[in-house]
Amino acid sequence: MTTVVATVLLLVLTAYVVFGGADFGAGLWDLTAGDADKGARPRAVVEHGIGPVWEANHVWLIFVFVIAWTAFPEAYASITLTLFVPLTLAALGIVLRGAGFAFRKVVVQTRYRRWFGAAFAASSVLVPYCLGAVAGGIASGRVPAGGRAGDPVDSWINPTSVVVGVLGVALVAWLAAVYLVWVARRVGDAEMVQYFRRRALVSGLLVAALLVVAAVVLSSDATYVFDGLTSRAAPLAVVGVLGLGGALTLLTLDALRGVRLLGVVTVAALVLAGGVAMWPYLLPTSLEVSAAAAPDGTLTTVLVAAAVAVVIVVPGFVLLYVLDQRDLLEEEGVADVADPV
Amino acid sequence: MEVPTLVALAVDPVPWARAQMAFTLACHIILVPLGVSWTFLTLVANYRALRHDDPDALLLAQRWSKYMAVTFAVGAVTGTVLSFEFGLLWPRFMGRWGEAFGVPFAFEGIFFFTEAIFIAIYIFGWRRLRPWTHFWTGVPIVLAGLLGSVSVVAANAWMNAPSGFTLDAQGNVVEVDPVQVIFNDAMPLQAAHMVVAAYVVGGFLIASVYATGMLRGRRDRYHRLGFTIAFTVAAVMTPVQMGVGDALARWVYDEQPTKFAAIELVPKTSSAVPETLLGHLDSDGQVQGGLPIPGLASWLSDPSTGRSTVVQGLDAVPADTRPTTSQVNTVHLAWDVMVGLGTALFLLALWYAAGWAFRRRMPQGRTFLALAAAAGPLAVVTLEAGWIVTEVGRQPWIVYQRMRVEDAATTNSGVVITFIVVCLLYLLGAVALVLVLRAMSRRFRRGGGFTDDDAPYGPSAPAEQREEASVP
Ligand code: HDD
Ligand code: HEM
Ligand code: HEM
Repeated sequence: MTTVVATVLLLVLTAYVVFGGADFGAGLWDLTAGDADKGARPRAVVEHGIGPVWEANHVWLIFVFVIAWTAFPEAYASITLTLFVPLTLAALGIVLRGAGFAFRKVVVQTRYRRWFGAAFAASSVLVPYCLGAVAGGIASGRVPAGGRAGDPVDSWINPTSVVVGVLGVALVAWLAAVYLVWVARRVGDAEMVQYFRRRALVSGLLVAALLVVAAVVLSSDATYVFDGLTSRAAPLAVVGVLGLGGALTLLTLDALRGVRLLGVVTVAALVLAGGVAMWPYLLPTSLEVSAAAAPDGTLTTVLVAAAVAVVIVVPGFVLLYVLDQRDLLEEEGVADVADPV
Repeated sequence: MEVPTLVALAVDPVPWARAQMAFTLACHIILVPLGVSWTFLTLVANYRALRHDDPDALLLAQRWSKYMAVTFAVGAVTGTVLSFEFGLLWPRFMGRWGEAFGVPFAFEGIFFFTEAIFIAIYIFGWRRLRPWTHFWTGVPIVLAGLLGSVSVVAANAWMNAPSGFTLDAQGNVVEVDPVQVIFNDAMPLQAAHMVVAAYVVGGFLIASVYATGMLRGRRDRYHRLGFTIAFTVAAVMTPVQMGVGDALARWVYDEQPTKFAAIELVPKTSSAVPETLLGHLDSDGQVQGGLPIPGLASWLSDPSTGRSTVVQGLDAVPADTRPTTSQVNTVHLAWDVMVGLGTALFLLALWYAAGWAFRRRMPQGRTFLALAAAAGPLAVVTLEAGWIVTEVGRQPWIVYQRMRVEDAATTNSGVVITFIVVCLLYLLGAVALVLVLRAMSRRFRRGGGFTDDDAPYGPSAPAEQREEASVP
């Protein structure tokens, strides 16, 4: 049962990276879109792409937390005690991002829009970096077991954390660019298709380069996970790399049809590979998943909740996506009578 | 490796962790009633619009859904901060009790997910979905809001009445009974009290906006309707809330006698205990000042034995297992505020009911409208006071009689900094939220300039059109 719960945790985490990650990446493109005039069109595509699903995407992270603290409380305590700083920064980034995003749309004046926009965009970089650094700290065995605090600095400022943090930013940026190509195609804006295609190519190449760097760093700094990636998790890692290569090829050829799917497959495969590489540890190499788990009653509850979530949430989520993608969720919903006709 | 800056800040993290938790929760809880009850009010207006073909009601429903989008997004963000904080501020609490305390949150997550999905569909579906279909997409939001807040409060109630787990010799949780955890003794009444509070606060808060508008001379049907829908719901819920609160107080009398002693300001176990209005304990633990109503506290605690009901005093337990004198004073004051304002709100609701009963319309006078305009913020104060009674009254326990607060807190002294940063951020956020909501309402009123999409999520306008819109 422990294994099942750990798998669920990994899958939810993957969902967060795939769905929520693209939102963060979109914020990064928003940041680099240039001044109000030049950036208006890319920003319009970004906002269109994030769309009504933003709120829902966000809840995946909460599920990650809830499963972690309920099913693996002791490991959770170790992680939050040790990685206090990056987690706090990520939380603050989420506040800034959410508030900036929520308010920017409502504020008409460009001056204020710019402030809120800046908050939204800057924190879109901060959050994936910090969460990547947290993952790096855990993967490289810098979080001790037993609900104890590890080193408050080295646990997140270390080679693995830095490289995984940067990789995290690059990966979500790439995923978002790939996704935005598709959005731009959907709204029929050929110029923006090319705009984001170029960005997808550049960021994709950057991801490829960072994967090489990460492999080198991990081979000396996070040996357990590196060994896992080259054995247990090798098939997944290969899928990830092939997906990236395939997507880059299609982007180069301007054959944009399957790119979005390949993007999702790549990112999901890489996250899953990281998780599988850690197996059977939750905190390599001090705490095994089985030793970390909560009593059976709790694990059963988590699984029941997960099953209920599949039954209730997944259809709702699909409905939301379908409605959104068929453009059935129009603009702000309805025009106001106060609007000029 | 030790960090110089952290050494320089070698302060006790516990008070800061508490302060930060209390501050962020106190902010979040203001948005909660809107999340829980506003959708219901919107659906009432929506229903009226569809049933009676009422354009004013339709306009209300549509505008409310746009405001809701903003407050819900802010509620989600402040809520996410809370979930970070459980780990960041109380890691030892989560490490030790997470397997039990975490259980209700597993379900809460589902409800919030449902809520987030349907709120997006409802807000964005106005034009394209068929009217009744669209109405029905609002119903899951109401249910999910209700059940979501029940789940969160179940977790808080578990801290008041921990149950549903087995400990081994070292005190580690070895078995968990999830049903017992969720449906702990404190849960039914506490959850009911919170849900009703959400309707009371949400109703009064929204009504107060329209009352203000009417005071400023905007007495058209649109404003009257907005006021009536919101105020009626709040007015109906207020007496219910007093009933549930009364039952809850008796539960506290039975199960948390120390908290009850703090509430009623009872230093020594005795019978014929007076209900002391205001007043405080001095440094010797004696009651000073205030207006004692003889025997009332005893009588209320158990009417069947009347004034001879014995109320356990603070002195019944050792000093280190009960709230300090200043905490007792906080609890007592908060209690007076909650019950006092709750009673005042009830009287206002009676006035309103009398208006309908005798004149077939709501009271129109300026005094009534001024009081109604004040009722929203006062209801928020009532809600906050209630939580202070619950939380501070439980001190020094985080898990009642199982774990003390200082054993639960983080050991990171950096909390001082995060506390300050969080306060500043929230302050900015609050200012921004108020300005944004006001700007929206001005624009609705001015009847122009509402060219841009107002909800916080994506627009679906073609890029060219949006470009013009965003470059004024
Ligand atoms: C508009 C809000 C509101 C109103 C009018 C009242 N309350 Fe309340 N009260 C709350 C909002 C609230 C709350 C904020 O929702 C609390 C905090 C925790 C909880 O479950 O409910 C609460 C807590 C709370 C507690 C503490 C429970 C505990 O520690 O476990 C008691 C004993 C009462 N209330 C009793 C009353 C009584 C006798 C009222 C009659 C006037 C009353 N409340 C009106
Ligand atoms: C329906 C009304 C409410 C809304 C819209 C709301 C909003 C949110 C959201 C979006 C979250 C983020 C976590 C998640 O999505 O699961 C959250 C978490 C939280 N909320 Fe609220 N909330 C509501 C009710 C309440 C109530 C009634 C309380 C307390 C009395 C409360 C206290 C908390 C706490 C402690 C958390 C953090 C726990 C967690 O991460 O699951 N919330 N809230
Ligand atoms: C939203 C309403 C709430 C308010 C206004 C509130 C208020 C407070 C206050 C004032 C304290 C500090 C007590 C002290 O320092 O003496 C506190 C502590 C705490 N509260 Fe609450 N609380 C609320 C709801 C909750 C909920 C729903 C939970 C959990 C589910 C919770 C969990 C805690 C924890 C873990 C602490 C720290 C330990 C303690 O000091 O008791 N609170 N809260």
